[in-house]
Amino acid sequence: MTQISYVLLAYGLSVPVLAGLVALSYAAMRKAERAADALGRRD
Amino acid sequence: MHAFANPARFLSLARPLTLWFGWVGGLLLVGCVVWGAVLGPADYLQGDTVRIMYIHVPAAWLGMAGWSGIAVASAMQLIWKHPLAGVAARACAVPGAVFAALCLATGSIWGRPAWGTWWEWDGRLTSMLVLFFLYLGYIALSAAENDGDGADGRMSALFGLVGAVNLPIIHFSVTWWNTLHQGQSISLMGGSKIDASMLWPLLGAALGASLLFGAIILMRMRAELARTKVEARMRRMAAQ
Repeated sequence: MTQISYVLLAYGLSVPVLAGLVALSYAAMRKAERAADALGRRD
Repeated sequence: MHAFANPARFLSLARPLTLWFGWVGGLLLVGCVVWGAVLGPADYLQGDTVRIMYIHVPAAWLGMAGWSGIAVASAMQLIWKHPLAGVAARACAVPGAVFAALCLATGSIWGRPAWGTWWEWDGRLTSMLVLFFLYLGYIALSAAENDGDGADGRMSALFGLVGAVNLPIIHFSVTWWNTLHQGQSISLMGGSKIDASMLWPLLGAALGASLLFGAIILMRMRAELARTKVEARMRRMAAQ
């Protein structure tokens, strides 16, 4: 492997993991807040 | 801090901050990684592999910062019974574990061309691996406590405080033991051993990743507060 291959491997692993963490955290927040808002409107 | 014991007051601040931290942090991180890893110079000794530093160092910093957050929030929970402290500590756990895992993975990838090995049981690497296992233990313990009725999260708060013992071990491991991992390159007192062309993008990437980390924690806190609100309403409705 060349030096650049190691660099690409490091970023190729890190970028999807970080993007996934942000996306999953955002989706969980939106889902929970929507459920709370919907229940609040019913009261 | 006690001003934000009221979740409604906390949420009025958390909502705009989530947006700002997320966008500013994300753009700063991407911009500084491109600045350092794509446009920046190669190292005179390590060559192009030094470009891994712009993700490895912020990941290491946030892996440790995440547990510092857990420890501070756990102390606030145990001493002052701050109602949001447990929520904040639990919100730090998964992002902290992810950053600790990224630190280990990118360090291993960097270690192969730099040291000739993917892994070595030296002080810095081993103490960082212990931190990752502590995160897994904390996540499992807090999830188990949350499942139990009437649990106050005291066990996971104690675990969070005790686990903080590992943080100075990680920090000083390169000083206490003769390790394969390089010594400290940046210090508040002693300045930096890194050239400015690499230092500024590295600091920018660390700041961007920190802001993004803050946004992720706020998102996870908001999600837990909303879930708690729904569960409380459902219990009230079931009791009627």
